[in-house]
Amino acid sequence: MIELDETDRQILAILVEDATTSAGALGRKLGLSQSAAWRRVKRLHDTGVIAGRRVDLDREALGFGVTVFLGVKLATKGRVSLEDFERAVAAIPEVQTVHHVLGLYDYRLRVVARDLSDFERVLRRRIMTLPGVGDVEANVLLSEERRPGPLG
Amino acid sequence: MSLRITLDKTDSRAFDEFLIEARKVPEVTEIQTFLGRVDMRLNILARDMAHYQQIYRTRILTLPHIADIEALAQVATIKTDDALPL
Repeated sequence: MIELDETDRQILAILVEDATTSAGALGRKLGLSQSAAWRRVKRLHDTGVIAGRRVDLDREALGFGVTVFLGVKLATKGRVSLEDFERAVAAIPEVQTVHHVLGLYDYRLRVVARDLSDFERVLRRRIMTLPGVGDVEANVLLSEERRPGPLG
Repeated sequence: MSLRITLDKTDSRAFDEFLIEARKVPEVTEIQTFLGRVDMRLNILARDMAHYQQIYRTRILTLPHIADIEALAQVATIKTDDALPL
């Protein structure tokens, strides 16, 4: 864990909302000089606190209207190696995230599709044919919001 | 930690009131609503299990209109690129 002071936390809270905020703008908001803000941001990068920046695409504008979360239980645990399943599922382009979880399911997948019939295609051709797949539960995403989290 | 929550839908304000209260919990990093077997999913960020236990008891169980909760603990992230199949 890396030592952060209150100002570092405020910088992170601002950058989480908008990663393109300049050092000058950060400085003005927090009462720092541009170079002091820049040095702090650089340290956050160098120490790996800021692991990267990504572009937030509008799924719907790009024609992906449906997001479905799948809970997947493996049918034959042990016989099919977890690596085989994980490699196959990670290779499906429509699968955005794969989490190995403890609980009711073994894996949690986030799948995007253009519409419900496109989702059906992905489910039948890609998901149901995965090695060792057992029970699958689907929940269609209606809304989603990301919160800044307990920073600072 | 991922909490899958089923709400008591006999009250028409259940969704709205739940959402308003859930937004006030700082450790909640994602709120998703679903059509399916569960109604809501909250992503909770905790330092460790003791911290999680404390959040769960004092902040989550006190949220309104909860009918059922299932927890999924995240063990590993195998893929997370948020890329679209363009």
